Amino acid sequence: MAATTVPGRTAAPRASRAGAVVPTAILLLGALYCLLPVSWVVVAATKSKAELFSTSTFVPGTGLLSNIADLAAYRDGVFWLWLANTVLYAGGGALLSTAVSTVSGYALAKYAFPGRNLIFTVLIGGVLVPAVVLAIPQYLLFSSFGLADTYWSVLLPQILSPYGVYLARIYAAAAVPDALLEAARIDGAGHWLLMRKVALPLMLPGMVTIFLFQFTAIWNNFLLPFIMLGDDAKFPLTVGLYTLLAAGANQPALYNLIITGTLISLVPLVALFLTMQRHWRTDLAGGALKS
Amino acid sequence: MSARPAALSAPERLPEPAPRRRRAPARERRATAAPYLFLAPAMLLFTLFLAVPIGYTVYLSVRGTKVSGLGLGKGARREIFTGLDNYTAAIGDGELWAGWLRVLGYGLLVLAVMLTLALLFALLLDSARVRLARFSRVAIFLPYAVPGVAATLLWGFLYLPSLSPIRQVLDVDLLGTGTVMVSMANIAVWGGVGFNMLVLYTALRAVPSSYYEAARIDGASEVQIALRIKVPILLPAIILTTVFSIIATVQVFTEPTALRPLTNTISSTWSPLMKVYRDAFVTGDLYSAAATSIVIAVISLVLSFGFLRVVRDRAYGEG
Repeated sequence: MAATTVPGRTAAPRASRAGAVVPTAILLLGALYCLLPVSWVVVAATKSKAELFSTSTFVPGTGLLSNIADLAAYRDGVFWLWLANTVLYAGGGALLSTAVSTVSGYALAKYAFPGRNLIFTVLIGGVLVPAVVLAIPQYLLFSSFGLADTYWSVLLPQILSPYGVYLARIYAAAAVPDALLEAARIDGAGHWLLMRKVALPLMLPGMVTIFLFQFTAIWNNFLLPFIMLGDDAKFPLTVGLYTLLAAGANQPALYNLIITGTLISLVPLVALFLTMQRHWRTDLAGGALKS
Repeated sequence: MSARPAALSAPERLPEPAPRRRRAPARERRATAAPYLFLAPAMLLFTLFLAVPIGYTVYLSVRGTKVSGLGLGKGARREIFTGLDNYTAAIGDGELWAGWLRVLGYGLLVLAVMLTLALLFALLLDSARVRLARFSRVAIFLPYAVPGVAATLLWGFLYLPSLSPIRQVLDVDLLGTGTVMVSMANIAVWGGVGFNMLVLYTALRAVPSSYYEAARIDGASEVQIALRIKVPILLPAIILTTVFSIIATVQVFTEPTALRPLTNTISSTWSPLMKVYRDAFVTGDLYSAAATSIVIAVISLVLSFGFLRVVRDRAYGEG
């Protein structure tokens, strides 16, 4: 028996040839649905103003470079500023968020202490609070300290990530063996050293996952910067593109700028996503599902 | 260190250390400040950016002002205590109820379609018979990397009569009164199906295939295995994805806001959160915005709390 029943997911027995067609077709339809708008924007961004409305939808045009040049010239290159701001918010915020989540998750997974479950529930419960409930008072509080419409007002509220803490706890529980901590502790390592030298290296793959999720979440966030910021030199791409749309919706002449801007705003995240696939897939809440 | 052994059996990475004890005896776990110090940054951030703002919202929600001013900043000059007036106003507000009804319809549509598709795709990916599985998986997850605003712009242009390739096939006004909700739900489904599929698929990959072998030997079909074995195993993950989806749906703001410039069928109070935003920042009535926020929060909590309990009990065995 052991020799013949190879695990089902590698073996494709006889029946599969016929049986594979329908599932494969369904998945390919799903893939097509998901790729359609992205491929549309790639093609549309290559079209000049005239081509956008005249040529057939999926025929590439000749205007990509002039579209990019137009976008770069729009309001003295404010678009590049939006891109740089987004990198700053998402990169800085995700780094800090990963650090806070990892340390918290490690403490929650590997220490028993009074209030552990309460603290965990409270931190995780943060995910339930609607963003607007927070965003308005956050705006008022920041503005009473003179910090509204600053980089801080977008950066600071996005450091604490309930989902990050949740993933870190799961990951620490799965990846850091108690026996190893115990051994290091008997050798005289203190709490700080235990975490830094024993736990953190083991948690590194999990940290990459948390970083990626938070980076994406901040990159994609619209509401918080929309509420906090008034000065368009501090906008991230999402708010910038929205203002571009709000200004250009009734002027088809501006559509090229919006389409090209949308395309460029996708490139960094899609690149990150395609290169870091291993971390998106395997580590995602992996521990949670094994328990 | 932990009171209980880690619930998950970690891959054994090191040679077993000499002492054969399985867990640290109780006497070695002395009370220590270390976990509290490790949790201090998170708790500080929680206090500053969650607890204080929530408290402030509750405070604002029972206040009011007679003279309508800008009300921003510290200007609390003509502020008075109004009790539950703002709440009764929020609950009696027909505009808000209309918003809730729209979001309810939109939410049911999004949840049903998105989670069904996510489960279907995850099960198909896991079924071993599929060709090009890797390509499909990456392609379906790709929209997760697209910001909500960008997704709305993409689809928004695809819906526009002057540009739409869909309109060449299908003669419907995709941004009309009757269709705009479906068009908007489509954007959310498109953006969310891949993430949910991935969560479910990852859960399935973690199941040893020996689970299915007995069923296969007994002659169960792949469909039977999927429905009778895989779906029950996936239940905690399905609940988890449902909770996150409910929370996201109740808070819908980005899609209708970003779609508004392209159509006049979306009012500035289309969803409850849009009304809160308008009250707070356009009409400057912070107090009623605060009360409405609290009502939204309570509804979110009621919707999600039951789910979360189940998630906590089932998914974190160690808790």
